[in-house]
Amino acid sequence: MIIMEQKPFEEILSFLKDEKSIFIVGCAQCATVCKVGGEEEVKAMKDKLESQGKKVSGWVVIDPACQSVEVKKNFQANKDKITSTDAILVMACGNGVQSVKDSAERIKMEKPVHPACNTLFLGEVVRAGYFEEKCSLCGDCLLEVTGGICPVTRCSKGLLNGPCGGSSEGKCEVDPERDCAWALIYEELKKRRKLDRMKAIQPAKDHSKLIKPRTLTLGS
Amino acid sequence: MLFEALKSGKFVVTSEIGPPKGVEMREILSEAEFFKGKVEAVNVTDLQSSVMKLGSLATCRLLVESGVEPVFQITCRDRNRLALQSDILSAYVLGIRNLLILTGDHPKLGDDPAAKPVFDLDSVQLLEAVKKLQEGEDMAGNKLEGEPPKFFMGAVVNPGADPIEPQIIKMEKKIKAGAQFFQSQAVYEPEKFAQFMKKVKGFDVPVLVGIVLLKSAGMARYMNKNVSGVYVPDPLIEEMEKVEKEKRGEKSIEIAARLIRELKGLCQGVHIMPLGWGNKVPKVLEAAGL
Ligand code: SF4
Ligand code: SF4
Repeated sequence: MIIMEQKPFEEILSFLKDEKSIFIVGCAQCATVCKVGGEEEVKAMKDKLESQGKKVSGWVVIDPACQSVEVKKNFQANKDKITSTDAILVMACGNGVQSVKDSAERIKMEKPVHPACNTLFLGEVVRAGYFEEKCSLCGDCLLEVTGGICPVTRCSKGLLNGPCGGSSEGKCEVDPERDCAWALIYEELKKRRKLDRMKAIQPAKDHSKLIKPRTLTLGS
Repeated sequence: MLFEALKSGKFVVTSEIGPPKGVEMREILSEAEFFKGKVEAVNVTDLQSSVMKLGSLATCRLLVESGVEPVFQITCRDRNRLALQSDILSAYVLGIRNLLILTGDHPKLGDDPAAKPVFDLDSVQLLEAVKKLQEGEDMAGNKLEGEPPKFFMGAVVNPGADPIEPQIIKMEKKIKAGAQFFQSQAVYEPEKFAQFMKKVKGFDVPVLVGIVLLKSAGMARYMNKNVSGVYVPDPLIEEMEKVEKEKRGEKSIEIAARLIRELKGLCQGVHIMPLGWGNKVPKVLEAAGL
């Protein structure tokens, strides 16, 4: 899941200072779980904007905002409210904001888009309201050799060959409250009698596989 | 030469200086003077503790010019693989022959936490890269022109790490990747260090035990709390605490010398980190009978 938080309202308001009327887009998936773009938050945003003298021409919560076909369908269904508005405020991740912008362009309903969230990381919903980053989309997954614990993400330095000198009693030098990824990997591999995996030298990552922006076409 | 000294089997002494924050070199160059003829080589730290400072490479060159053999410390924190390899080639043409490869602290712990942590390589991968440079190829396999450089390449190990096994696994990988000597994190517990040395006996790579000059009881407590794998036992802290401020220097020398005498039989040398007290290093060596 994409983990995000809402920007401070003052910042959002500053983005909208030249816009009189606004259409709000939320997202039914990650943004809803993170409580920044579900129906509840969208309605609350509408009220807050109206209390600041803005006109909210309408709103929609798309399931999900990162899927072009869904954006287009919802925009067609709200055509009047969108064509009559000055701008769109997207209460979803950064990917959602751009998906909304690009999808709207594809159906000639383009409008300026404004982001309402700061997108933080790809993470696990450990429990309601608590999220942990677990993967950084490195393009060449190492979890098989590291006992299912990602060193690229969960080690602050992304080290691939074992702990740094700062690892202390299982905790990380960067934040003593947090587990050192390499202490976890060591314990896991030891338990599974697979320490030989930790003993093999891992080559450096091939960043040529990670040139941005990436695309993927299925079946090609 | 450090390489020859270690090969000869004699007990080797190295020390360390940290470049200034700024361009005022007088102080550290005069500190280096104390090392002349007393230690085999002097490490120059690379933005130690992630504090932005003048560079290790330039300082190493100034040491070469003043007749002190440097050990160029190079961390993975600030440079990608191109810049790391390039700086290592630069070091060679500047007359620098010893390298010490480290991961580096995280920038979050330094004086500009907003800096981007690079860590394109880790210490094992950088050691391998240097090994390849010495075989005439860069990391990507492209040929170097002319004679390849030749270095004496070291790495670090933390004998006090808990648990110790991951450290030892990494140490073994570093050796496989080309490490020819080790300098250790500060040691204050000879017993524990002896156990560590027993575990790595088969590795057959020289280890220089790390000694940090204790400056005060407060510093010892700080290290106990904040420096991974370093533990100053209470009796040592009490010893420091009991002496008056003016006598701390002498006490520090006495403790360091005592530790060195206790550790001497266990390893191949000692790496003294004076943290600015370079002028005390000759006295430590004298008191330790070196
Ligand atoms: S190694 Fe880590 S960052 Fe890379 S794909 Fe696997 S989990 Fe994600
Ligand atoms: S302490 Fe562990 S998790 Fe933290 S940077 Fe070092 S190896 Fe990575």
